[in-house]
Amino acid sequence: MSSTTVVNPKPKFELKMGVATREAYGQALVELGKKDPNVVVLDADLAKSTFSAKFQKEFPDRFFTCGIAEANMVGIAGGLALAGKLPFASSFAVFLCDKGYDQLRMCVAYPGVNAKFVGSHGGISIGEDGPSQQAVEDYALMCALAGFVVLSPSDEFCARALVHRMAEHHGPVYMRTGRAKASIIYGAGDTFEIGKANQHGDGCDVAIIACGFEVSYSLQAQAQLAEEGIQARVLDMHTIKPVDEDAIAKAARECGAIVTAEEHLLDGGLGSQVARAVARTHPVPMEFVGIQNTYAESATPEQLMEKYGLTAPYIVQAVRAVLKRKTRSL
Amino acid sequence: MSTTADLTTVPRIDSIAELKRLANRLRIDIVKMIGAAGSGHPGGSLSEVELLSALYFRVLRHNPNDPNWPDRDRFILSKGHGCPALYAVLAEAGYLDHSVLSTLRKLGSPLQGHPDKRFLPVLEANTGSLGQGISIGIGMALAARLDKKDYHTFVMAGDGEIQEGQNWEAAMFAPYHKLQNLTVIIDYNHQQLDGFTKDILDVSPLREKFEAFGWHAVEIDGHDFEQVIPALENACSGKNGKPTCIVANTIKGKGVSFMENNPEWHGVAPKPDQVAAAVKELEAAKSKL
Repeated sequence: MSSTTVVNPKPKFELKMGVATREAYGQALVELGKKDPNVVVLDADLAKSTFSAKFQKEFPDRFFTCGIAEANMVGIAGGLALAGKLPFASSFAVFLCDKGYDQLRMCVAYPGVNAKFVGSHGGISIGEDGPSQQAVEDYALMCALAGFVVLSPSDEFCARALVHRMAEHHGPVYMRTGRAKASIIYGAGDTFEIGKANQHGDGCDVAIIACGFEVSYSLQAQAQLAEEGIQARVLDMHTIKPVDEDAIAKAARECGAIVTAEEHLLDGGLGSQVARAVARTHPVPMEFVGIQNTYAESATPEQLMEKYGLTAPYIVQAVRAVLKRKTRSL
Repeated sequence: MSTTADLTTVPRIDSIAELKRLANRLRIDIVKMIGAAGSGHPGGSLSEVELLSALYFRVLRHNPNDPNWPDRDRFILSKGHGCPALYAVLAEAGYLDHSVLSTLRKLGSPLQGHPDKRFLPVLEANTGSLGQGISIGIGMALAARLDKKDYHTFVMAGDGEIQEGQNWEAAMFAPYHKLQNLTVIIDYNHQQLDGFTKDILDVSPLREKFEAFGWHAVEIDGHDFEQVIPALENACSGKNGKPTCIVANTIKGKGVSFMENNPEWHGVAPKPDQVAAAVKELEAAKSKL
């Protein structure tokens, strides 16, 4: 991807709360439905939670609830796409990706059909429902399907725009959305492209590369670090695959140290994607914020993000650690 | 129909005697192909020959001169390991040059070990991980309904394959949505890799199970064209108001006596002398047709 990366030079840290990215998905689906009669939406008895119910209300004839049967739903999406329709199938990320995985591979990735999948309730920030409902491996699973684009938007503007980009992209796409309300990072004028990071600030001491909810925590960390005289840039890497290698290489060259932050197991997610790009283009010290080889538990979203090391102070801590290594390596 | 194809080019064999000769010829192709490949699944390929022949030469609306004809009927081989029979049928129907059959499973061949439309675009779906074809077929049947097209979607599954749970998710969905433009054919050859289906995880009674799920379900002899053709024609007649399941009793390895009803021939290629013996037996049978 060529890099005409968007730069918002002023760090923002007092963020207003917006709607959840899952709600933005529902809104965008309705917009798509009005624009394209070929769009068909499937859900697996979670339409009210994924917000695909918004589409159902507007276009009942083009909406199919498949019941609690994700494997069949993914296969149907594959069949619809093979017959020329543009299917969007949604459920909780953990059920869609984990229960539908063989079908995502056989009926979607392997034949390379034009079908779209949206997993809501990603990460541990869903809170009290606990680990059985918390997708902490969806990035890794979906990145391991050849040809898939994998997205994780940070706020409602990003999510809504990416739903439209998904529809425009020919081929399989997965997007994670969140249950909790998301801080507003962007405005109506911001643009988003698949495979292109959105940059916040142009600090050159360290680059923080994050996706999903971790972007707002990274912006908080950026503000705190600035008070200490550390100038960080934040890259919103909403596209985990194909990752924006140009922006990563540039960040590595200009900053000399990188921290990644994701609401996902450290195995096979954003950190792994970024590390590969860094190793290939411009090796620099890296630290990784993410879930450490465990499943979480029931609690409020805030308690969980704190306990499992995903909030701004942990990103700050990781920055300090990586800066020590950067100094040593100079 | 929104478009018209030149249906005069659609292969059609009216005579049952000629269909029987075709089935015999296809069996010879299958044995030779798998023998030349040195691997493959002869048993389940030989059991589905009459079903595929009836589909491609009597029932499906398709056009080898226009494989992407939007209104064509769809066929999905959910039991993907049975693809040598499908490849032989496609060659016979004019989609492939007959000489391509000997490239089965070889590097760069359009005839992959399991159906792969990236290499052979005339295939409707990629299959090989069992239990998924009915769901794909439902997607196509829903698309036909949304697009107001009258094409019919046929899916062939194996009886062992029916053990996969996804089939039963799909079995609930199709009648609930009254998908009368969908037909599932079960090649009930009573065997799977490890032995007889009844000894591994008995799927019987299949017709009753599908009926209980809301399908129009019939049971036939899957080698008897006089039963196969009317069952398929009835399935796409639009008169049933629900999806149709045809439980077709067949014999695994049909036509080659040393393969018939022997689970050992699920996924083993015949050696050159075995190919010769099988072809000799099939040639002899042909002279009696």
